[in-house]
Amino acid sequence: MAIKVLIPTPLQKFVGDQAAIDCDAGTIAQLVDELESKHPGIKARLCDDSGKLRRFVNFYLNSEDIRFMENEETALNDGDEVSIVPAIAGG
Amino acid sequence: MTATVSLNNTQNFTAAFEALKCKECGAEYEAKAIHVCELCFGPLEVKYDYEKLKQTVSRETIEAGPNSIWRYRAFLPVATDNYIDVGTGMTPLLEANRLARRLGLKKLYIKNDAVNMPTLSFKDRVVSVALSRARELGFTTVSCASTGNLANSTAAIAAHAGLDCCVFIPSDLEAGKVLGTLIYNPTVMAVHGNYDQVNRLCSEVANTHGWGFVNINLRPYYSEGSKTLGYEVIEQLGWQLPDHIVAPLASGSLYTKIYKGFREFVEVGLVEDKHVRFSGAQAEGCSPIASAFRENRDFISPVKPNTIAKSIAIGNPADGIYALDIAKKTNGNIESVTDAEVVEGIKLLAETEGIFTETAGGTTIATLKKLVEAGKIDPEEVTVAYITGNGLKTQEAVQGYIGEPLTIEPKLDSFERALERSRTLDRLEWQQVLV
Repeated sequence: MAIKVLIPTPLQKFVGDQAAIDCDAGTIAQLVDELESKHPGIKARLCDDSGKLRRFVNFYLNSEDIRFMENEETALNDGDEVSIVPAIAGG
Repeated sequence: MTATVSLNNTQNFTAAFEALKCKECGAEYEAKAIHVCELCFGPLEVKYDYEKLKQTVSRETIEAGPNSIWRYRAFLPVATDNYIDVGTGMTPLLEANRLARRLGLKKLYIKNDAVNMPTLSFKDRVVSVALSRARELGFTTVSCASTGNLANSTAAIAAHAGLDCCVFIPSDLEAGKVLGTLIYNPTVMAVHGNYDQVNRLCSEVANTHGWGFVNINLRPYYSEGSKTLGYEVIEQLGWQLPDHIVAPLASGSLYTKIYKGFREFVEVGLVEDKHVRFSGAQAEGCSPIASAFRENRDFISPVKPNTIAKSIAIGNPADGIYALDIAKKTNGNIESVTDAEVVEGIKLLAETEGIFTETAGGTTIATLKKLVEAGKIDPEEVTVAYITGNGLKTQEAVQGYIGEPLTIEPKLDSFERALERSRTLDRLEWQQVLV
C-alpha cells in the first residue's frame, strides 16, 4: 500500500509525464520531501524560498483541503489520495 | 500573438494581445490554453500592446462598433473576426433615484446585468470571450465549474456556436439554474459537494479529455470578458469614471477585472484619471474575503459556504488576495451581510427600481445599504452598484418573504372587498414601519 498523489499538468514533466504516482510519507511536508528526492526540482515549484507551500498551490487529502486540517503537518496513511491542485481556477 | 484581421470590413485591425504573463513572477507564455505559471503557479493574464491601442482606438471607433461587448474587441483576447456575438453586453446603466433617496445617496447608478443576453447574468460576457477564444484554439468541447449562472451561459452560447458542452455544478443548486442549463441539452454533471469541491474536481479533469474549461484552462481569456463591465460604465457615464463602485465578490475575478478595465481606459487615454473606490459584497455565510479585510490579513483562509447566496458561495476564492489588495489601495471596503439582509436587498431593489435580481444582487444592495449607513460611502460620491444576475433564477430565495395574490371572484363587489382589504393591510404595514 502507498499514498496516491495526483500531479497537476504543470508538474507532470517532473514525474515522467504521469498524472498520478505512488509515494510513502507520514505527513504532507514529508511527502513534498519524498517527491523531491525521487523527482528533483519539483519542491522548488511547490514551495517558496522559505520552504513554505506556495500560496497558489492547494493540497487536498481525500478531497479535503489540508487548510481545514493540519496544513503541512496533516498526517497521511496508507491508501490515502493526495491531490495537488493549482489554486487559480473557477469563479 | 499578433494577427491581422479586418474590422467592420473597412479597416485593418491588428489584435493587440500578445502573450500570457504571470501576474506574480512576470514569466511569459504563448497565448494557449494554460492558466497558471509553470514556475510559481501564479495566475496568467493576457498582455496587451497599449501603445498600439493608444494609436488605433478612440471613443469614436468604439462608439461606431456593435451594440455589444465586441465594441471593445481591441481590448479582448480574440485574434480573428470569428468571435461569437450573441448580443452580450451594453446592458442598461440605470439612474437609481428612488433607491438613492431611500439610502441617502445623491447619485447612484445600477449597472443592470440581470438583463444581459442571452442568459441574464454577467457570465455571458466572460463566456462569449472564452468560447470565441476556445474556437480559435481548436476546441470542440467546452466545459466549466459553475454555481449556476456560468453553466447557463456556457451551455447556451455553446449551443449557438455549435460546440459540445459538459458542465459541472453542485447538486443542490436552485431549480431555475438547473433547468436553465438543461434546456440547451448539454451534459450536466451534478456533483455531490459544494462549489469548491466541484472546482477542484474540474481542475483534476481539465486536461484529461482535451476540453476547454472556460474558468480553468481558458481562464485568462474568460476573465478578460468582465473588463467590459468597467468599459461600459465609463462610456455610459459619458466617458467618465465613477467615484465609487460596489460589486459582489465570489472568486474576486469580476471585481479585479472591473478595476483592470478602468485602468486600461485611463492608460490609453480614453478617460480622464480619477480615484475610484472599490467596495465588495459577500454573504456572511461565505465571506472569506470580507473576514480577511476585517482582520487586516493579507491572506485568505478558506471557509465552507453556508448561505442562500449560492451564486457567490466560493469558500476558496482564486482572486481573493487581489480583490483584498484593490479594496485596500482604493480606500474601499469589503463587507458581508446576513441571508435575511440579502432577501431584504432583493426586495428593496425590486420595490424602488423595478429590478428583480438574484441573491448576489441582494448581497450587493444590502452591502451598499450597510456601507452608506456606516458612513463608508459619501452621499456626494457618484456610486455604481453592479447587479450581476436575475431573480427569476433564484425564486426559492424570496418565496415566503413576499406578498400573495388577492384571489377574487369575477365580480365587482369581490374586487372592491379585496381592494379595501389590501388598503387596510397597506395601512397596517405603514403604521408598523413608523412605529
